[in-house]
Amino acid sequence: MLPYLARRLMLAVMTCVFISIATFTIIQLPPGDYITSYVANMAASGSTMTNQEAEVLRRQYGLDEPMPVQYLRWMALVVQGDFGRSMEWNRPVYDVIGERMLLTFVVSAAAVLTTWLLALPIGIYTAVRQHSVADYVFTLLGFIGLAVPSFLIALVLMYLGFRYLGTSVGGLFSPAYAEAPWSWARVGDLAWHLPLPALILGLGSTAQVMRVMRANLLDELRKPYLVTALARGMPMWRAILKYPVRVALNPFVSTVGYILPYVVSGSVIVSLVLGLPTVGPVLFKSLVAQDLFLAGTIVLMLGVLTVVGTFLSDLLLIAIDPRIRLGGSR
Amino acid sequence: MSDPAAADPSLEKARALAAAGQWRLTWRRFRRHRLAVVCGVVILMFYSVVAFAEFFAVSDATRPSAQLSLIPPQEIHWFDNGAWSPHVYRVVRKRDANMQLVYTPDPAAKIQVSFFARGFEWRLFGVFPTDRHLIGVSGADAGKTLFLLGTDVQGRDLWSRMVFATRASLTVGLIGVTLSLTLGVLLGGISGLYGGVVDDTIQRVIEVVRSVPTIPLWMGLAAAVPRDWSVTQVYFAITIIISLVSWTELARVVRGRFLALREEDFIVSAELDGCSKLRIIFAHMVPSFLSHIIAVTTLTLPVMVLSETALSFLGLGLRPPAISWGVLLQAAQNVQAVAITPWLLFPAVPVIVAVLAFNFFGDGLRDAADPYARA
Repeated sequence: MLPYLARRLMLAVMTCVFISIATFTIIQLPPGDYITSYVANMAASGSTMTNQEAEVLRRQYGLDEPMPVQYLRWMALVVQGDFGRSMEWNRPVYDVIGERMLLTFVVSAAAVLTTWLLALPIGIYTAVRQHSVADYVFTLLGFIGLAVPSFLIALVLMYLGFRYLGTSVGGLFSPAYAEAPWSWARVGDLAWHLPLPALILGLGSTAQVMRVMRANLLDELRKPYLVTALARGMPMWRAILKYPVRVALNPFVSTVGYILPYVVSGSVIVSLVLGLPTVGPVLFKSLVAQDLFLAGTIVLMLGVLTVVGTFLSDLLLIAIDPRIRLGGSR
Repeated sequence: MSDPAAADPSLEKARALAAAGQWRLTWRRFRRHRLAVVCGVVILMFYSVVAFAEFFAVSDATRPSAQLSLIPPQEIHWFDNGAWSPHVYRVVRKRDANMQLVYTPDPAAKIQVSFFARGFEWRLFGVFPTDRHLIGVSGADAGKTLFLLGTDVQGRDLWSRMVFATRASLTVGLIGVTLSLTLGVLLGGISGLYGGVVDDTIQRVIEVVRSVPTIPLWMGLAAAVPRDWSVTQVYFAITIIISLVSWTELARVVRGRFLALREEDFIVSAELDGCSKLRIIFAHMVPSFLSHIIAVTTLTLPVMVLSETALSFLGLGLRPPAISWGVLLQAAQNVQAVAITPWLLFPAVPVIVAVLAFNFFGDGLRDAADPYARA
């Protein structure tokens, strides 16, 4: 088991390194750098900056050096827990996105939880009652959930909320708590606002997970051990929940790794539409402004979040399925 | 559970089935999947709109007109005094007491709506000049009088814009799929065929690509597309960006198929018969998983369409003057605006219908792709 874990961990770390390199390269791709767009902005607002001043600024941020050097410098900082300075906000990156990163995680976790809470019971029910009306209805709803992008659901819900409730349904906090320091009241306020974005984000993957659960359980339901249990007079739901569901859950856990990137990705766009104080809107702005370290850190963090999620789902799978421990290789 | 042939009373039919080729069997199974067939027709309709967009459009929808800004959708009145005579009322533009623009239909001014009407000039397949359109008005300029789905802020007919958007949105998917199919089959095939270090490397690359959250990756790449590129350049850049991720799924499927087939009896016997490697791949392996690849490809298309829509919606994908569903939906980003002009949400409808149709169609294809599986 240890070699297997070591392998997975190695792979996870390697993936993180690759992601960081890719991130850095992608953000450097557009011609020019942050100073170029900064100078352009200043020119647009009427003030000017001499070439000399621009050069001084470039040197200050280390933008005049070749890319690999910049990357290594940044990586050395990141390893020490310092993510550099956001040029646009003129504050350390950590200050800009610290809380937003936390909220992104909270929203994503809530979305995954929502997915499970919806998909699990529905998947079990539709498998047991295969070909029933409910089965068809849920399958159809699932397909629609799969087809409609979450940002469209968000748009429509916001429109309905605005039209019929007369309020803006976006955000994660009431205005009173938006800038307040953390307190229990603020956490309560967050909990009150969380379900809607969690539902919007969770719906997309619900369909997928539901279908996996249904298919897995259908396979198990036909096996003789269940027939035996039922023949010996075990109550149906107890027999189903106790044995086949447990076996069917197994591949289900391994899909967690796939849901997480999906949810994190989706959260970026949904946050923009709903105006959530997560990293989404900041990432968008920083990419457009070529705010190197800010954008780099966010993409890196999101990537790491996904890799860690996949890793955790692997661990969970080992805990649930003893058979995996036997083989160290695939 | 039972073989379809065994259930059939006619022995003649059973014989025909037993002798039927793989494509016949696939087609047979696919036809049974009613919903998939219906969705196939819907997809055909979408692509006919792509091919003949100008025919379906009412006006060319490129010239802005401040006088026609944000007109609500018009109602078509099919009958006039009990007789068949489709018409719309001319909209009259006024400002109310709050200086708000209001458009009121004027029942006195009827404009006849006709099908296969004459309108702006266009070229069929870019060659044959014609001025026929599916729908138009007689005796007036359709671009100034007929607004089936209303107009946008700049006074352009939303219906026509949606028709042209269909062209961009659905071809991005097609080109993107072609790209990722090429990449996926090539790399997946190499991976499955050679195994060893090559296979390991390609699999690691796929794992890394898949673990990067797609939207931030796309946003980063799309933000890198220079602002001064032409519409066509941006179009191809976005297509390439979208296919960068989706090839991995196809590569996995192809590799899996190669690995599974390598052990099959008919491949082994072909090898023993002294077939060349190329012949084995193209004469024996490819035909047996081609249908499967087609099914997976169909399921990749909606993902592409959604990606393009999402990117353009954010302003990172196609940019005006290009028109796509995502570009049109950008106007619906602001909730306050949508609350006053809800018809700006209309472009969401074709997105949802197209994606649903592709999903059901692909699902039916996938089920049918393995004709020897017992249902």
